[in-house]
Amino acid sequence: MELLAFGKTGWGDELFYATLMTIAVSITAMLVGFFFALIFTPLKLSKYKTLNLVGNFYTTVIRGVPELLVIYLFFFGGSGAIMYVASIFGYYEYIEINAFVTGSMAIGIISGAYSTEVFRGAIQSIDKGQFEAAKVLGINKFGQFYKIILPQMLRLAIPNLSNVWQITLKDTSLISVTGLVEIMRQSYIAAGSTRDPLFFYSFAAVLYLLLTYVSMKLINKLEVRYSRGY
Amino acid sequence: MDFDLMITSFPKLLGATVVTLKLLSASLFFGLFLGLFFAILRLNKNIFINKFAYGYSYIFRGTPLLVQIFIIYFGLGQIEYLRTTFLWVILKEPYWCAIIAFTLNTGAYTSEILRSAFQTIKPGIIEAGKSLGISNKIVFYKIQIPIAIRQSLPAYGNEIILMMKGTSLASTVTLMDLTGVAKYIISTTFKPIEVFIVAGGIYLFMTFIIHNVIKYLEKKYSFQQ
Repeated sequence: MELLAFGKTGWGDELFYATLMTIAVSITAMLVGFFFALIFTPLKLSKYKTLNLVGNFYTTVIRGVPELLVIYLFFFGGSGAIMYVASIFGYYEYIEINAFVTGSMAIGIISGAYSTEVFRGAIQSIDKGQFEAAKVLGINKFGQFYKIILPQMLRLAIPNLSNVWQITLKDTSLISVTGLVEIMRQSYIAAGSTRDPLFFYSFAAVLYLLLTYVSMKLINKLEVRYSRGY
Repeated sequence: MDFDLMITSFPKLLGATVVTLKLLSASLFFGLFLGLFFAILRLNKNIFINKFAYGYSYIFRGTPLLVQIFIIYFGLGQIEYLRTTFLWVILKEPYWCAIIAFTLNTGAYTSEILRSAFQTIKPGIIEAGKSLGISNKIVFYKIQIPIAIRQSLPAYGNEIILMMKGTSLASTVTLMDLTGVAKYIISTTFKPIEVFIVAGGIYLFMTFIIHNVIKYLEKKYSFQQ
């Protein structure tokens, strides 16, 4: 227990901040993922074959390639890509992107591919009559989506999104390879300096279990809320 | 684009793919038995056995695979007692540690897949078997297991693909699998995109093969023929 004391003697406070970092990265990645899903879901549902192809390419590649490989691509290629774009605008200095941005972008793109599939499935399982009825009532496109499709879609999507959240949360452990100090990295540092890897990695496992447990409870509440009337 | 690099790194990556495939097949093989074992425990009426199996799958599904590998590879070596037993021969090798971690992980997911498959078997089928005078054991092996395997094929196919991606974590414990070699080439040449295309292509090809094999099996063992 001494090892977990707060302050200079123990690793309690460091691990606490690392847990906050894991939560922050997971939430950012999930939001980045929603952003990508917002772009790619319409592409996958589009009438046009080319747009379908773009959407399918994204989800197939990301879901078929290991997360770690995507993270390495971002970690080693991220600043190069940004510098290339900057050089077009006449900026030639070295640009370093911070590990938080790289990590949440990489995990976000992965999480986005899963979210895209979830949203596509949810929209497709809504009865076609709902779209037609909304159109007949003269509701505009925005209202159709926001007031009619979205509420029904969310009810269907939330259980699956909760799986995506779990995957995203667990994937953040992989960002530790880029040096971002989240639970896994902090445990690695603590294990190295105290020579007690068994304790610290087990504790990390407990922290992750706690996070998945608490988020499951919260998501269940959300699920109940969006299933009102069913 | 550095096409020369792509061409020269291809054979190296292909060689590393063998390691990935070895890890994958070994962990799937052991994981299937472990999963079946725990799925049967889950169906047991004894609450302690039941909870034990649930706890196993909950812990391994609720924590990242990376933590599991690190606990086994870095953590278990710390226990002095283990170093004196024959287990140490296995546990000092990163290769076996990775296989143990992957097996335990895929076993947890497989047990959930098989459990739900067993539970969806209609009781009428089991009753029909029993009323024909077939013993419980044979009903289980000859009726329940084949149906459960058919039911769980789509979900298990996904699990194989997830596990294939999971084997990339072996590179964090010094194993030179496909991702490990890809990372090595990237960090020596600083050409991440080219290497990503080649390594990613190999992974996608494997995903494609697995996907189609499962699809073929689903068709072959489907109920309506």
